[in-house]
Amino acid sequence: MSQTQQQTAASPRLDYPKFTREMRVTHKILIPQMLPIHFSLIEKVLRQEGYDVEVLKNDGPSVVQTGLKYVHNDTCYPALLVIGQMIDALNSGKYDLEHTALMITQTGGGCRASNYIHLLRKALKKAGYGQVPVVSLNFSGLEKDSGFQLTLPLIEKVLGAVFYGDMLMLLSNQLRPYEDRRGDADRLVNYWVAMLSDQFATGHGCSKREMARNFDAIAKTFADLHVTRTPKVKVGVVGEIYIKYSPLGNNQLERFLAGEDCEVNVPGLLGFVLYCVVNGAETIDLYGGSRAAKSVYKLVMEYFARRERMMIAAISKYPGLTPPPLFSATMKCADGIIGYGNKMGEGWLLTAEMMELEQHGVDNIICAQPFGCLPNHICGKGMMNRIRSVYPDANIVAIDYDPSATRVNQENRIKLMLSVARERLDQNPPPAPKSHGAAAPAADRYAPFGNPAPAPAKI
Amino acid sequence: MKIGLDIGSTTIKCVVLDKNDAIVYQSYERHFSHIVSKAAEVLRRIESEVTGRHAVLAISGSAGMGLADACGLPFVQEVFATRVAAQKLSPATDVIIELGGEDAKILFLTGGMDVRMNGSCAGGTGAFIDQMATLLKLTPEQMNEAALQSEKLYTIASRCGVFAKSDVQPLLNQGARKEDVAASIFAAVVNQTIGGLAQGRPIEGNVMYLGGPITFLSKLKASFDDALGVCGVLPENSLYYVALGAAFYSDEAFDLEDVTASLENYSATADYATSDPLFRTAEEYAAFAARHAKATVPRGELAQADGPVHIGIDAGSTTVKAAVIDGQGRLLYSSYQPNSGNPVPIIRAVLLELYQQRPDLQVASATATGYGEEIVKNAFSLDCGVVETVAHFTAAKHFMPDVDFVIDIGGQDMKCFKVEHGAISDIYLNEACSSGCGSFLQTFANALGYEVPEFARLGLFADRPADLGSRCTVFMNSSVKQAQKDGASVENISAGLSISVVKNALYKVIRASSPEELGRRIVVQGGTFYNEAVLRAFEKEMGVEVVRPDIAGLMGAFGAALHGRAKAAPGARSGLLDAAALQNFSHEVKAVTCNGCGNHCQLTVNLFDGGRRFISGNRCEKPVAGGKSGGELNMFEYKRGLLEAYRPVPGPRGRLGLPLGLNLYELLPFWHTFFTQLGFEVVTSGASSRELYLAGQGTIPSDTVCFPAKLLHGHIDRLCRMEGVDAIFYPCLTYNVNEGMGDNCYNCPVVAYYPEVVAANCRCLAGKKFIYDYIGIHRPRDFMAKMPVILAKYFDRITAGEVRRAAKAAYAEYEAHMQRIRAEGARVIGTARAQGRPIVVLSGRPYHLDPEVNHGIDKLICSQGAALVSEDSVAHLAGRQQVGVLNQWTYHSRLYAAAAYVTTQPDMELVQLVSFGCGVDAITTDEVKAILQEKGKIYTQIKIDEITNLGAVNIRLRSLFAAIGR
Repeated sequence: MSQTQQQTAASPRLDYPKFTREMRVTHKILIPQMLPIHFSLIEKVLRQEGYDVEVLKNDGPSVVQTGLKYVHNDTCYPALLVIGQMIDALNSGKYDLEHTALMITQTGGGCRASNYIHLLRKALKKAGYGQVPVVSLNFSGLEKDSGFQLTLPLIEKVLGAVFYGDMLMLLSNQLRPYEDRRGDADRLVNYWVAMLSDQFATGHGCSKREMARNFDAIAKTFADLHVTRTPKVKVGVVGEIYIKYSPLGNNQLERFLAGEDCEVNVPGLLGFVLYCVVNGAETIDLYGGSRAAKSVYKLVMEYFARRERMMIAAISKYPGLTPPPLFSATMKCADGIIGYGNKMGEGWLLTAEMMELEQHGVDNIICAQPFGCLPNHICGKGMMNRIRSVYPDANIVAIDYDPSATRVNQENRIKLMLSVARERLDQNPPPAPKSHGAAAPAADRYAPFGNPAPAPAKI
Repeated sequence: MKIGLDIGSTTIKCVVLDKNDAIVYQSYERHFSHIVSKAAEVLRRIESEVTGRHAVLAISGSAGMGLADACGLPFVQEVFATRVAAQKLSPATDVIIELGGEDAKILFLTGGMDVRMNGSCAGGTGAFIDQMATLLKLTPEQMNEAALQSEKLYTIASRCGVFAKSDVQPLLNQGARKEDVAASIFAAVVNQTIGGLAQGRPIEGNVMYLGGPITFLSKLKASFDDALGVCGVLPENSLYYVALGAAFYSDEAFDLEDVTASLENYSATADYATSDPLFRTAEEYAAFAARHAKATVPRGELAQADGPVHIGIDAGSTTVKAAVIDGQGRLLYSSYQPNSGNPVPIIRAVLLELYQQRPDLQVASATATGYGEEIVKNAFSLDCGVVETVAHFTAAKHFMPDVDFVIDIGGQDMKCFKVEHGAISDIYLNEACSSGCGSFLQTFANALGYEVPEFARLGLFADRPADLGSRCTVFMNSSVKQAQKDGASVENISAGLSISVVKNALYKVIRASSPEELGRRIVVQGGTFYNEAVLRAFEKEMGVEVVRPDIAGLMGAFGAALHGRAKAAPGARSGLLDAAALQNFSHEVKAVTCNGCGNHCQLTVNLFDGGRRFISGNRCEKPVAGGKSGGELNMFEYKRGLLEAYRPVPGPRGRLGLPLGLNLYELLPFWHTFFTQLGFEVVTSGASSRELYLAGQGTIPSDTVCFPAKLLHGHIDRLCRMEGVDAIFYPCLTYNVNEGMGDNCYNCPVVAYYPEVVAANCRCLAGKKFIYDYIGIHRPRDFMAKMPVILAKYFDRITAGEVRRAAKAAYAEYEAHMQRIRAEGARVIGTARAQGRPIVVLSGRPYHLDPEVNHGIDKLICSQGAALVSEDSVAHLAGRQQVGVLNQWTYHSRLYAAAAYVTTQPDMELVQLVSFGCGVDAITTDEVKAILQEKGKIYTQIKIDEITNLGAVNIRLRSLFAAIGR
């Protein structure tokens, strides 16, 4: 037994370059894109911490083609895209290959997604980039020997960025379809990304008090947007985390829905973070484990809940804005539908998000997943009949994404869902819509990136 | 007046309604992907003949979407349109089943409206039926006629067209009656539609059928009626419901002159994803053509040949090839033609022609290869058969003795070999998803009215080849239609298809991303490489220059002849039928079901004159020789026996049912002991069968999940029907037993949580006690503490002490069970070594034991003289492995360990069973392969699904044995 072990341990196949402490100074770290708002904020946080990071923006057919070339084609589409995007970037010649590293997230659960980092390393070798180190971003204690260390202060800042990203995504999604002047909501998002980046650059923006102040200011500026409310179809988007969020993964789903005149509701990233935390505690409950660890999970949950409540309070001040549900409320929605032990991939959270949307009157849901996604056989497609038994009007469509699936095919199925939604909207229009923001100044006031125009709130 | 225009994937349908909504005009025609011009033509006709310039208009149909958007016309989604029409025209309808060219839909209208379309990977539709008809050399109408004459049904994969084709092709090649195959295809379409779309919802009440295929094919409708147990209605205007719905829904008036004008403007956009052109200049092409013209084999004249000749016959899946060589290996005669669904008469004609040309022909040897090897060999008394991989390799090596890599793309299959030191060092064969690429090019060219060479030539100088994806031919087919709609020319589609086929071979079959992986001396062959666009695409994609013999398509037959020449003793005379015997040749086919074992193989018995016969469709030698299948060295057989020994023991606490599927295949000893000790009578759902699967298939919510998981629905169904089963136990297990062989001990997401799917979708569980709690068996002490609480939810008075004792017994029994497996593994290995047999470690998951899942592959391996052990019987011999991936699943850790162990044993080979749709195996297969390859072992993967083409498996296994030198 030990003999075999030694033999394989010596194999060059298993060697890979580690990301060392020194590389923190010498290397640029490339991060694949997933959520444009969140990731540009996280980019700033990491830069302030001294890492030279860059979120990749390359897309287009060459990303998919590169992925197909270097990743087993039966692997899930997100792996193919993420790895394709990174190798495509290395191919571009824009980066000094001796001083470039890649960063990828690793959840450490029972889904094959935990293996992306290994698939990336294999692909790098195949592509001739064996010297490029890969950094694992995880909260599960995997890859402990990495020179990239998630310190508690850094975690706090990254989470701050997640809160802000969720809030900006949520509010802009709520207002974009109704804005009087096209692009106002996005301009506001850009303004806030710039504003928060400035704060992050000076080491600010993530303390509890700063967050409270920023939440208030953000809510106010969005509430002040000029909008005209007309009844529109509301569509919730849930699914596998990468496909759900990444425009590259879901063929620009949000843009398509905007073009179809829908209000899009995409549950935030925070839910997934908290889901991972809860699963730690739940695992101990179900199968046994350290009580001490469990109390740590509890503390963490409380930490989050305080900030969640701050955000909800800030948004609730304005009748034109709808606050996100508390995570604990979303969680409760899965009760009796699926077990909380279901923790691989998006697990029970996906089911809970669908239930939560239905509960709040968003009957129309797109469940987006990679073709053949294992967890979604269970928590996505597997739960739809049960959800329909609780909400008979649930109008859910599951869409598979894959390098070879045609966009028309996907859009046609979404249009079917939308036809049903529109018909219902025509038959039961919602109560008379209210417009707001009449007193607000022109949105021009919200300066683009870097403009020292008067800020809507003092920090 | 109102116009409804339904532009589907293959046809365009139009209705015009007067103000009373009565139909005043209707038309139905194929558009051959010229949707824009056809739509404009239809509208102009209506304008001049029916409506005049102004009319209310709406467009529907999958192909109408982009067009409507671009021209600012109202679009009604087609399923929605159907519903609108149905509610108006036949309000009493409960369920509508509509089959179109590419999509299948089910609409539930009453009791909670629900509309469903097939997912992207389903092909039970018109285009599929057309493809199958082409395969049978019939028109769809003739196929319908034939199906009405059927006597029996074969099981044909209904997952998609590619899978079905790889089932149909061997059936035809083995001599199955077209009538039976046709009816089986319809049955497969029905299964696909019901299984894929009903997703747990019963189809009952007033059922209505719509769409072209069901309208035109009466047998298809009858098959639906049979399967659903209803008599559905095919309404008047069943072709026009979508168009009618669009017309009913329309409310916006247009000037038709403007509409046709904007349609004509739209046609020029040509916006689609592209690749680089194959050739930029005529000079490039000239140099390419000159280089390849040099690769020729030496030839001679049949008329002048003196001395005996060697004949090779390659009965391929789509073509039949014959080659005659002389003693020096010169090619004297060759024949290459389509097999037309039955190779026997074609070969007879070829042989007769040979005898006619040279009545004095002296045949020294005659050798068969290809899918039809066995039938040809038996029909014409050939001397020997050779597995096609060896035939192709022999030919390539003869052509280029120092070849490094051989790539053969035939009609149905791709075969690639890496060659080191003159011997095969690795074999790459396509699995189902990649099959049929070669013949797809042909079918497609023919459908557009071209011959293949002409079609290929069009692509050579295409300026913007369309990117058509590479997953499989079904996806390519729909990408082509899309590209055509986006304005791609035939030239660009031809080039794009060639590139797609090459990418499929490179990235799916060989999995090579750089030329170094292939070596320097590469021979490409197979009929598909006659296509210069494919040849060029290959060289461009890999950045290498390759050699294509001028007899690329004949290499199998040529190799067979060479093989025969090498085997023939000097002065040998072949036993091949002579001219007289060929004149009196007769061939008769009978279909029977073998009842030798639980597999119930569907046998095709071919009877020839003079008592020669050939039986196909068998998995073991039993029906052929009446002999045993080597069960004593079949570890799978042994493991199944172990599980069968866990019988119900009557107990005071009532009957508890366990579904025998997925992880229960390993944990049965554990749970059986646990609950028996607690006083339950533990019964299982027993062995899987086709009937069991069909009984559960209506409740499967995700059609892309693996087949072992789908089977679970049948097992639950059976348990629910069993007498006196008070409770069904099927727990969620995030973690498996911890064997300490990996970084974690997870189950895969499907194994871990399938009980949730069962609970949420199997209606038969209503009112039953279904126990599917989350349980941790990986921590025995916690298990003992938690289990009493869980059980108390369902049963009274089970004490903690009882649970503790039962758990201890259960863990002990599980350990004893695994120990028995290890001991038997050692015994089989010892016996095999004493007998000098090769040992195959058939590796997969515990549930691959199920004969319904593995399709008797274990028996097939043993029938080839090998001893078979399972991965769990040798994994402990290697122990925990360091691997290049995250080693976190218990079952998969065993794979890595077994692979590492095999590399230390010269007489062992590893064959990995992979379930179609198993996402985790996309990771394990690459790693297992890497472990084996690093130590010079050949990796063999067999992908299995609902149905598995055992012909292809057989080729794989024979190739493996041939390569290791048996």
